[in-house]
Order: sequence, then structure tokens, then C-alpha cells
Amino acid sequence: MRSDYLKPALLLGPLMLFLLLAYAIPFLGVVRWSVTLPELGVSNYGRAVTDPLIISVFIRTFRICFFVTVLAVAMAYMIALVWVRGSPTQRLIAELCILIPFWISVLTRAFGWVALLSNRGLINTWLTQLGVIAEPLTMVRNELGVVLGMTHFLIPFAVFPIASAMRSLDERVLLAARGMGASRMRTFWQIFLPMTAPGILGAAIMVFVFSLGFFITPAILGGGRSVMAAELIYLRLFQSPDWGLGAAISVLMMLIVGLLLALLMRYAKPGGMVK
Amino acid sequence: MEKPSPIAILLAAVVAIFLLLPLFAVIPVSFTPARFLSMPSGNWSVRHYMALIENPAWLQATWLSIRIAVLSSAISTALALAFSLGMWMYRPLYPGAFYGFVLLPMVAPPVVSAITLYFFLTSLSKVNDVIGYDTVVGVAIAHAVMIAPFAVVLITVALAQVDRRIDLAARGFGASMTQRIFRVILPNIKFGVFTAAFLAFVLSWEEIGVTLFITSVNAVTLPRMMWMGLRDNIDPAIAAISVVLIVLVIAAIVGKTVISTLASKKA
Repeated sequence: MRSDYLKPALLLGPLMLFLLLAYAIPFLGVVRWSVTLPELGVSNYGRAVTDPLIISVFIRTFRICFFVTVLAVAMAYMIALVWVRGSPTQRLIAELCILIPFWISVLTRAFGWVALLSNRGLINTWLTQLGVIAEPLTMVRNELGVVLGMTHFLIPFAVFPIASAMRSLDERVLLAARGMGASRMRTFWQIFLPMTAPGILGAAIMVFVFSLGFFITPAILGGGRSVMAAELIYLRLFQSPDWGLGAAISVLMMLIVGLLLALLMRYAKPGGMVK
Repeated sequence: MEKPSPIAILLAAVVAIFLLLPLFAVIPVSFTPARFLSMPSGNWSVRHYMALIENPAWLQATWLSIRIAVLSSAISTALALAFSLGMWMYRPLYPGAFYGFVLLPMVAPPVVSAITLYFFLTSLSKVNDVIGYDTVVGVAIAHAVMIAPFAVVLITVALAQVDRRIDLAARGFGASMTQRIFRVILPNIKFGVFTAAFLAFVLSWEEIGVTLFITSVNAVTLPRMMWMGLRDNIDPAIAAISVVLIVLVIAAIVGKTVISTLASKKA
């Protein structure tokens, strides 16, 4: 009888013990920081929800994440459509366009946007040479750069759930609609789009969750001006040692993300996410 | 629905250009003769590529990243393999709770994981200064935490495709747990395990969100070095290293696509 428990424990145990020691318990340590540094109490949480500076960072974070989610999901939908239903050549091109950025690191991709958008970057150089503009346009170190960079990063992640919803759709429903005389447009808006809505919802929640905790792209393309919640934690930890507040914001962020993930599990099938 | 309409293809093409444009924008910048980020106007130069070879810091960072990626990929794949096998062979009650727990680092915001691992490694530093904050082993452990969930997902998917009856047959013939694992199950999922180890390697190789919080001057990985070059002054050497990394990824993906297309044509 004893070995019935011993064998599974031998297999399941090591990873769970490792994550318990290196992740779960330390997270409780972070929670402890949030209520003990600099003094015992919930003053850090009080500051996080009343300090106008921190509130403005949260509002900016939600605003940027909202725009990123709408843009990334819309663009992912467009390319997923061709990836799933295009001709073999179109499919291949779409697949390469999705997979190549997906495998390229977040730093390289953020730098690509800097190279494209900065004052001496590709777009400004072209526009100046063509004589369209006299002064370079400011496109990085502001929210525009952050939104573009994050959208670019998250499109592939939004493509997978949307494509899986499109693949599992029953073709015959579409054929029936067309057979009954519905136009292409009408079939798309009244049948195809509503039937792939769970994929859209899943992708939207996932992109929103991802973008909330996003750090590298906003830090590089925001250039320290459009600070988002994650960068605020970094700054509180390393620039102005204020560990308690950084920890409190982390805990709040974990709660928000946990809530959103619970929604995701409830309303969208998460099975499609694992490609 | 029939083939996508011309409008749908046009829209997808716009998205495709959006996805590829920043990757191509890096190329001209990497050939600028200037010391700051700019487009080469007329004369192109390879000085920033030379800098990559000549400056030992880039080579050291690359080598360090490789070592950390090998170590963390080995740790995380081994742990994830044992866990996934356990889940597959013994099917415990409430599997959702088990998976939920081990997938935590994957779903938590990276910055929360970063501050958590910062707490963990600075606490370790007080006990032992070889495996704590800003050490090679410390970074490898932190990376292993972050990438183990991805390995679990891939190996679980591979195991889902194994026919349970061959394992039952082995059990019926009196095979021990070790024999079942090494002689029956592992040969059937070896491709999945290699894929998991490879993905783990790549994820560790390019990890920066957590690495930034847990290193300062000693364990400078390649992404960490790129981050410093991007944050302080935009050094065109970053463009050169980016081009190298982009070319590697494109070569790998195109190569894999060509091979699998050829293989499916033959079959």
C-alpha cells in the first residue's frame, strides 16, 4: 500500500517541491514585504490606491493595454483568416509571418521598432528625403511607440486561439448560409464572426493579461516617459528603494490577473491556447 | 466559406507587413558608419559587426547565455518530464490543482515572477553566495522556474498521443515502473521531450524580464547586455547583434518549413 503513494510522489514530487521552494514560498515573502516594509500595516496598499502618481500609472497601463488588445486581436483575426482558409501558398506566407516574429526575442523586436520609428530611423529618414516632412516626427518615447511595439509582440499570441476557433468551425453551416443566398459579407458578419467569438474573447483576455505585466517593450519604447505598472515596480525596487510599495503593486497586479484568468477559464475554452 | 475575399487578403497582407517591417528596419541601421543610431547615407560599414567579434564582452555574454540555457533547460526538462509522466501514469484526483500549481510561473505577470525570484535569490545569497543573486547558477535556477511550465505543456501534449494499451500490456507482462518508463513510454515521446528541451533552451536564451531583476554585474547574459546598450545610449552594435539573431531564427524556421513540406510531399 505504501508504494502506491511513493511511486507517484517520486515522479510528481521533484517539480512541485522545486516550484514550492523557488516560487510559491518566495511569493509569500513578497506579500510579507508588502505589509511590513517600511512598517507593519497596509499603508503600501493605501498609497497604491490613493497616490495620484501611482493611480495615473495604473490608468495609463489600462489605457495602453486596452488599445493594444483591440489592435492585436483585430490584426490577429485578419491574418488568422488567411492562415486557416487561404490557398496553400497564402497559408505558408501567413505562417512564416506569424512564426518568425514569434520566435524572435522581445528585445530584438523592441529594437526593431526603435530602428523604424526613432528620429533618425527608417520612417523619418524616408519621409524627410521624400520631402513630406521637414522635422522628424516623434514616434518613440511616447505611448504611440509603446502601443505599436506591444501590439507587434502580442499578435502571434492572439493568432493561436483565434485560428483554433476558425479551424473547429463546421464548414456546412457556412455552405448552408451561402446556399440560402446569403452574400459573402453577410455570411461573414452574421455567421463566421459570431461563431468564432469564443476565440476572439479568449485571445482578448489573454492579450490583455499579457500586456498588463509587460515590462521590456514599454521600458524601451516608452523611454522612461510612459511608465506602466510593471516598470513602476522595477523603479520602486532598484531606483528608489521602496520595496514595500513595489511588492504591494505586484500583489495587486497578481490579483487583477488572477481575476481575468478566472474569467478566461469560465467564458472561453482555454484548450485552444496550447498550440 | 470559400477562399478569403480579395479584401481579406489585402488586410492580411497589411498585417504581414506590420509584422515583418521592424525586423527589416534593423538591417540598414546595422550598416551605419556612425556611432549612433542612424541610416547609412551612401557609405555602408561593417564596423558594428566587427565590434561584436572584437569586443570580448559580447562573446562572454553569448557564452554565458549558452551555459545558462543548457543548465536551465536540463533542469526544467528533467523535472517536467518526471512530473508529466507521473500525471500520465497515475492520474491523480483533481489534476487541475496539480497543473494549476506547476503552470503558475507561466500565467503570472512576468514582473511578479521577477520580484518573486528576486526575493528568492537574495534570500539564498544570505545562505550561499554561489547560487544566489547575480550568480550563474542563480540565473539558471530562476530560468528553470520560468520555463518548466512550458516543458510540462509540451510533454503532456506528447504523452496524450501515446496509446495507453501498450503501457498496460507492459504492465501486464510484469514490467517495473522504470522499465515501463525507459523501454515503453520514453521511446514513444522522445520527439516531444526533445522539442520541450529545445523550447526551454530558446526561452532561457532570450529571457530578459526576470534576468533584469536578478543580475547586476557578474551574470551578464546576452539579453542583459543588449538591454544595457538599449537603455543607456542606443548603440548600433545592438542592430548588428539583432540582425545576427534574426537571421538565425529565419534560417531555422524556413529550414524546418522546407523540410516538413518536402517530407509531406514525399509521403
